[in-house]
Amino acid sequence: MFGIPLEQIFGQLLLGMMNGAFYALLSLGLAVIFGMMNIINFAHGAFFMLGAFFAWLIGAPNLWLGLISPSLMLPDWLAANYWAALIIAPLLVAGLGMLLEKSVIRRIYGLDPHLGLLLTFGVALVIEGVMRNIFGSSGKPYPIPPLLRGGFDTGVLFVPNYRAWAVVAAAVVSIVTWLIIEMTPIGARLRAATENPQLVLSFGINVPRMITLTYGAGIALAAFAGVLAAPIYSVNPGMGSNLVVIVFAVVVIGGMGSIIGSVVTGFGLGIVEGLTKVFYPAASSTIIFIIMVAVLTTRPNGLFGKAR
Amino acid sequence: MTGEFETPAIEAETARGGISWSWQLIALAVVLLAAPMIFYPIFLIKVLCIAVFASAFNLLVGYAGLMSFGHAAFFGTGAYIAAWTARSWHLTPELAVLAGGAATMVMGVVFGWIAIRRQGIFFAMITLALGQMVYFFFVQAPFAGGEDGIQHVPRGKLFGLISLDSDLSMYGFAAVVYFVAFVVIHRVIHSPFGHVLTGIRENESRAISLGYDAAHYKLGAFVISSLLSGIAGGTKAIAFGIATLTDVHAATSGQIVLTALVGGMGTIFGPSVGAVVMTAMEQYLAGLGSWVTVIQGLVFILCVLMFRNGIVGTLLLKVSKRVRKSST
Repeated sequence: MFGIPLEQIFGQLLLGMMNGAFYALLSLGLAVIFGMMNIINFAHGAFFMLGAFFAWLIGAPNLWLGLISPSLMLPDWLAANYWAALIIAPLLVAGLGMLLEKSVIRRIYGLDPHLGLLLTFGVALVIEGVMRNIFGSSGKPYPIPPLLRGGFDTGVLFVPNYRAWAVVAAAVVSIVTWLIIEMTPIGARLRAATENPQLVLSFGINVPRMITLTYGAGIALAAFAGVLAAPIYSVNPGMGSNLVVIVFAVVVIGGMGSIIGSVVTGFGLGIVEGLTKVFYPAASSTIIFIIMVAVLTTRPNGLFGKAR
Repeated sequence: MTGEFETPAIEAETARGGISWSWQLIALAVVLLAAPMIFYPIFLIKVLCIAVFASAFNLLVGYAGLMSFGHAAFFGTGAYIAAWTARSWHLTPELAVLAGGAATMVMGVVFGWIAIRRQGIFFAMITLALGQMVYFFFVQAPFAGGEDGIQHVPRGKLFGLISLDSDLSMYGFAAVVYFVAFVVIHRVIHSPFGHVLTGIRENESRAISLGYDAAHYKLGAFVISSLLSGIAGGTKAIAFGIATLTDVHAATSGQIVLTALVGGMGTIFGPSVGAVVMTAMEQYLAGLGSWVTVIQGLVFILCVLMFRNGIVGTLLLKVSKRVRKSST
């Protein structure tokens, strides 16, 4: 097609889907947090980065224990693996997030929404700066788990197993999150509390605790994306801050109106970005922002947004 | 902004019983004249550039309620255009700075037109994204010199006559730029235009129902702010002979938000005080290396939690309370 090998197109398509998976998970978390707390969580990228770092610390402990002293290295059976990291890292990061919500973010509820943005921006600077001081700026390699090494050939394209896994895992988690919010009693309470917190509080539902848990859940999604990204991208303290700006644009394009909308927008934009790399590489880093401008001029509330 | 930042009302109150505007200007001129006797001119030039930039940013956030998170796009573009025109076209410094300002003004019209379609935090996110777009543009643009930026920009001769090679004469130029920008901002705030702007910030739907075209007013504020930010960037590029990617980077956008916040958003002297504090902090903490980011983050958090009115805002609040007490 257009003189470009089909293989290259499909390759970038896959890469785009993978990036789209990360956009989807992150914008989903942002949307959930925004719906409940009316705060745009600027620290989202930092928590994504923490997820990747925790995965590195938990999932490949011998890599850094060996640096301190070879005698500290754990035997293979005890060295926690990728699968443990996939569960533990998001939980740990979510715990940190909830601690942050309870101790700091809680103090600015009901105040000017700009303050939430400023506050979480400060948090992002602190997290990133601390990680940079401890681990340095260079990337940390993270091995792909043995089970997901290799790949399969689809005829037109060789698909690495890990990338396929990342896309599927992100899609499944996104859909499960959507189902929880739309179909379960917990989700119903969450939606009710989003609409009218005072009323829900008067029904005897602990809204403050719900807010804490919602923030934790949003953070967990970001950290989960971070763990998925760890073996693909090099794990480094700056990996979240670049991503968060793109995700903000994704959120503006999708609008905050629907959960599934942000998932679809995330995947869709990842694919568009991937295809731009094939057809017009110079614009690949700006295409999402250009789309944002186009959407804002025609549908200011975003593709799935509701007018307010 | 819904009255969380208390300062504007306070300022109006203290202005009535306070020192008159002409005396404030004279005091400011005296400070500008005396400063180079005490501090290094280079340090002061840096302070002045940041002060113009922060004041321009504050015009938008403090008086129109629009928080831009991508203002480095204007500062950086002003710097690049001024540096490039001074080096390649051999423009005199004042023309190079004006060229930078003209470029960012045009940019401000386009970006403002896009960004004011959304309000509040969405406005912040959109400006952040637009800023990132400009950053990538300068990363790729051949004339911008990639990672090196544009270096060895000559300071040149002001109006083709006065050489700016000495730091003191360069300081004089920066001080005039600052003084003019300051007066312009004051005039804008206290003009009918500025009052309508404040009205829109306080209650947009009410202003619209009174017949004001809110979008036009916001766009006007945005363009003035971007013009002054570009001039700040251009002056910086001429003074330090360099325009780099740091000038357009999102981190610079964040720093200017912090500068205005520390000094006091919505107060006319706040951003300048913030510029002094932040530049001094940067100077003294330079030895700490990457811990500076952590400290900046902590200052952000502390300001938002306990010091929302900033230095000037808090002082004004104290004074007005005392005035109120003594008058009753």
